[in-house]
Amino acid sequence: MAELNKLTLLEAFAGLREGKFTSRELTQDCFDQIKKLDDKVKAFITLNEDEALAQADAFDAKFKAGESLSPLAGIPVIIKDIFCTTGLKTTAASKILADYVPPFDADTIKRLRDEGAVFLGKVNMDEFAMGGSTENSGFFPTRNPWDLERVPGGSSGGSAAALAADMGIYALGTDTGGSIREPASFCGVSGLKVSYGRVSRYGVMAMTSSLDTIGPFAKSVEDIALILKYIAGRDVKDSTTPDVVVDDYSEEIKKDIKGLKVGLPKEYFVEGMDAGVRDRVLEAAKKFEEMGAEIIDISLPHTDLAVAAYYIICPCEVSSNMARYDGMRYGLSKRDGDLLSIYLNSRAEGLGAEVKRRIMIGTYALSAGYYDAYYKKAMQIRTLVRQDFDEAFKDVDVILTPVAPAPAYKLGEKIGDPLKMYLEDVFTIPASLAGLCGLVVPAGFSENLPVGIQILGKRFDEKTVLRVGHQYQLVTDWHKSKPNLS
Amino acid sequence: MKLTQQEVEHIATLARLRLTDAEKEKYAGQLSGILDYMDKLGTVDTSAIEPTSQVTGLTNITREDSAENSGIADELVACAPSSRDGFVSIPKIFENK
Repeated sequence: MAELNKLTLLEAFAGLREGKFTSRELTQDCFDQIKKLDDKVKAFITLNEDEALAQADAFDAKFKAGESLSPLAGIPVIIKDIFCTTGLKTTAASKILADYVPPFDADTIKRLRDEGAVFLGKVNMDEFAMGGSTENSGFFPTRNPWDLERVPGGSSGGSAAALAADMGIYALGTDTGGSIREPASFCGVSGLKVSYGRVSRYGVMAMTSSLDTIGPFAKSVEDIALILKYIAGRDVKDSTTPDVVVDDYSEEIKKDIKGLKVGLPKEYFVEGMDAGVRDRVLEAAKKFEEMGAEIIDISLPHTDLAVAAYYIICPCEVSSNMARYDGMRYGLSKRDGDLLSIYLNSRAEGLGAEVKRRIMIGTYALSAGYYDAYYKKAMQIRTLVRQDFDEAFKDVDVILTPVAPAPAYKLGEKIGDPLKMYLEDVFTIPASLAGLCGLVVPAGFSENLPVGIQILGKRFDEKTVLRVGHQYQLVTDWHKSKPNLS
Repeated sequence: MKLTQQEVEHIATLARLRLTDAEKEKYAGQLSGILDYMDKLGTVDTSAIEPTSQVTGLTNITREDSAENSGIADELVACAPSSRDGFVSIPKIFENK
């Protein structure tokens, strides 16, 4: 059988159980695809072929012996290079960690390892997850499989691009201000930003600790529902994970959406946005209506302030989180001179332009005399944005919005203008500030480029956004469209 | 808000970043532009609004203050650029008197 790499997680699971193919064959097809296409896409930083094939063989041996196995067992996953993986280089796409090999697993990685997953390797991203195009990688940019001249989105661009090119069965990413949702939309795959606290961040390099989340990319929402069950829940090593029940997502998504109330916020349909993007969202709304949902116009009046608040809060937390990269305990260390020059030289050489820029903004905003005007003010605006959503969710079950103002743009188009790049996040940031969950599913094209829709839900109500996304995928085929790469 | 090159140098010193002259000039312009955009935050009266620092509703998650064996102490120390006898080795911070 050829091209097993193209299967969804549930298809791969069924095929393995029916003995149609082995995990080694499935894994080998993924590596064959990587070797065939990654010269063009440039998604992978590190391949994990030896360990992956050993993990696959371990599955095959257990399956042959009739052992009971997890649905995730034997199935290859693509991992963003921000998750620590025991014995496997983990760089966060930063030169300062170019040679870092962690001696422990991130919580999500440990959970997947315990389930018997196959780790294909580590993929590219914006350095320390700072960016929206993967051009801020300290190593090389990744390209969009739908158009190699365009960005895959970011920061989890490697995850989305590799999955869209069928180099694996599903992928892991992180989302702070849109880093799963934007690349999912740009690359035509499904992606979930979980509610803040739903999935442990232990062992994932911190960027903006009050906003960082972890989530899956997959070829269908059904797959996401299955994965989430295994990675969600309380972790004593991440004190921001509350003890909230983990739902049976795979069951919940089977319910139809008759009578469900879907909010359409007027602030998300702004002048200057791409007509294709706007039309795809409105068509999806119409589809939801046909499916029995009720579309309700709503207002989220503080939307326009969210980007400004985010780009204060994020750099402030970045300036603090990046202090650990000081050349003392791990990473690049320029040991030529006194303590201060080790700090200065290691950071000058190891950190990229966007990371330095955010450290600078954050340091300034937190410095004496500016705290109230910037950081405190931003946290107050955050309250207003959160309250907007709390109010809206009194009247609706989910909120439907665009993901980004336009589809994937060309490499180099925005990299010279950081503010322009920040404004790309205008539709993803508000939900981040409120800690909500948000699902992106493919919903068509704008001039041959994929366009996703964003379905926002209440905190810890992943089951409802997944249900809406899955029901939508039962009556549409957009998620089955594939880029033409050869 | 226009940041001067001196202000950029001061921030860089606080953040332990060494910038080239070209970087200083570039950041002075870019940071000024970004901070100008942030001025829109000032257009809203927030005097009666409580700040939100996080949204979990959790406070003071603590555990027993006791040491646990990670089992990977040697491996962690081995990640350091320099180590000696199971300790991370760093340059002198204080001079002996």
